[in-house]
Amino acid sequence: MPQDARMAEDPTAFRLGAAHPGDRGVIVRVLAAPAGPSGALDPEELELRLLEFGFVEGARVEVLHEGFLGADPIAVKVDDMRVALRRSEAMNVILAPEAA
Amino acid sequence: MTPAPFATFALVGNPNCGKTALFNALTGGRQKGANYAGVTVERKEGLADLPDGRRVRLIDLPGTYSLRARSPDEAVTRDAVLGRLRDEPAPDVILCIADATNLGLVLRLALELKSTGRPVVFVLNMIDIAERQGIGIDFEALSRSLGLPVTATVATRRRGLEALLDIAAAQAGAARPEADAGWREPSSADVRDAHRQARDILRLAVRPPLRPDTLTGRLDAWLLHPVSGIAVLLGLLFLMFQAVFTWAAPAQDLIEAGFGALGAAATAILPAGWITGLVVDGLIAGVGSVLVFLPQILLLFLFILLLEDTGYMARAAFLMDRIMGGAGLHGRAFIPLLSSFACAVPGVMSTRVIDSRRDRLTTILTAPLMTCSARIPVYTLIISALIPDRTVGGFLSLQGLVMFGLYAAGIVSALVVAFLIRKVFWRGGSEPFMMQLPDYKRPEPANLARNLGTKAWAFISRAGRIILPLMVLVWALSTWPAPPPGAEGPAIAYSAAGRLGRWLEPLFAPIGFSWEMVVALIPGMAAREVAVAALGAIYAVGGEEGALAGILARQWSLASGLSFLAWYVFAPQCVATLAVVKRETGGWLWPSIMFAYMLALAYAAAFLVYQVAAALGFG
Repeated sequence: MPQDARMAEDPTAFRLGAAHPGDRGVIVRVLAAPAGPSGALDPEELELRLLEFGFVEGARVEVLHEGFLGADPIAVKVDDMRVALRRSEAMNVILAPEAA
Repeated sequence: MTPAPFATFALVGNPNCGKTALFNALTGGRQKGANYAGVTVERKEGLADLPDGRRVRLIDLPGTYSLRARSPDEAVTRDAVLGRLRDEPAPDVILCIADATNLGLVLRLALELKSTGRPVVFVLNMIDIAERQGIGIDFEALSRSLGLPVTATVATRRRGLEALLDIAAAQAGAARPEADAGWREPSSADVRDAHRQARDILRLAVRPPLRPDTLTGRLDAWLLHPVSGIAVLLGLLFLMFQAVFTWAAPAQDLIEAGFGALGAAATAILPAGWITGLVVDGLIAGVGSVLVFLPQILLLFLFILLLEDTGYMARAAFLMDRIMGGAGLHGRAFIPLLSSFACAVPGVMSTRVIDSRRDRLTTILTAPLMTCSARIPVYTLIISALIPDRTVGGFLSLQGLVMFGLYAAGIVSALVVAFLIRKVFWRGGSEPFMMQLPDYKRPEPANLARNLGTKAWAFISRAGRIILPLMVLVWALSTWPAPPPGAEGPAIAYSAAGRLGRWLEPLFAPIGFSWEMVVALIPGMAAREVAVAALGAIYAVGGEEGALAGILARQWSLASGLSFLAWYVFAPQCVATLAVVKRETGGWLWPSIMFAYMLALAYAAAFLVYQVAAALGFG
């Protein structure tokens, strides 16, 4: 997994795209990066779509379910809303464990 | 007296906020415009009366999270709100409809709508559910911090409707900016900023639920589970197919018998000659051939609406995304492809829920490969005529097995074609799959009935407008020129269609089609099932299917029959579908591509099947 500045700063940070059901955290950063090798959108557009779905810094996220093939897509709870998305896009959402 | 509407209100909101139910409650039966499965995919308008007797026009716009449009649906919403539509002035008041139990995203949309400078009213719909969950909403604080009037409604119980109309009417007199000066595409910084603002408003005006909804979480534990979730999905699909093909049969038989009787009565009354032919074989048979599918379409739409209204459809898309994604299709393509098992026309129309144009075109191009119900009469006839009625492996019916194989061939080829389109034509990457999983809700019968009625009428009027004139045309082609006196053989052989069939025969010889089969394909262009009636006319046995199957069994080789079946899996023989594709894609390019590729596939498949079967000695 490529490291970025933010994740280097906070060793406990993790990507939503690599999380498992039961994992939870607070969004510390939403990246404008292409979604894996096969993403069709330009990074800014993907960032905007994530933001419009409520994936924004400070939002609480919990992973609820994952698909049966390749554990993809995932169903997550963002604040009070349930959203389904693919792991490739979720890679752009960086979470940190919530401070107790 | 019916007063002219004095203002236009537009309903805008996130998907799944109960906006369509509110629109239905406000307008009652007085609405125009229609759409297919996918809930609000076309602009609908209606009328509502204020308590003081004045009248307003309401438009229900497709659900969106942002004015930044990504799909054709959302573009309609943006353009309507900004007054960019050519023959549609900007609305006087925007009603921003919110699901009162889930305000997170709609507050940002409300702020964006407010930035257009037009009067906006913030409507807390489903306030009863919010009250039940113990969500405390301070209306005044909300109104102050948003800078918008706030009101609450329960669409399904007709609560708060008059107050909403009153408040909106009061806003209609307010200053109205001419252009969309206030709005520009928000940058990611703008969106982050608006989220911060929305969060501050939430903190100020909304107390989190005392008794949060736990039903959705508990149901999802089963319905999104890797094993039980798939089992439930397959069970639902099985039930749906049972319903569409078994429960609809009595009603279909009734409709068929009714039109048969009508035709017989018309034959008795009308003078003999071509007038009778036009009325009975053209008009009455044409209307009948559309209406006979209505029971199936109604049941299918009922299922789809139920799945949508309860919130399950988004779960089905979640479960199917990976499988469909493997073939390069979007999870949301599941709904259109499912509809196409009844008829590709509503299937193609419901692709409007797919954001990206490429994904939408891929879905449109593959939808007609799903075995629609118009193929069933053809399949049944050929199978009963040529496939021996015996069991294989002790309990499996050979005829049933062939039928299953034809369905499977359709599904597999759709996936393969989608995969090839992705790999060959659009090498670009895949669009993101992101969708809200709404809370489960009990469907509202009145709302369900109204939406079902709208969809059924849309099918009848659109399919009818295309199929009916074609039936008349095909009737004319297969009637004139009339056979010379004393001619032998069926009359259709002398008609324009018959001549065309004989002329085309050499082209179809390599796939084992006799001239009679080719002639039957010509009327089959209007609608696939018409080929059965055409075969009846050619072999001069009329509509008696048993007799026709007997003749086919004697005259057709097994190889020719199988080749005919293979042809029918792929052949683009449905003008209604092509016309709808033209309408949905805005030109003749895509219907032409569809026609060409399906024709090529049909010829190739029939060629392969015929040559292999003939080599095996079934020729």
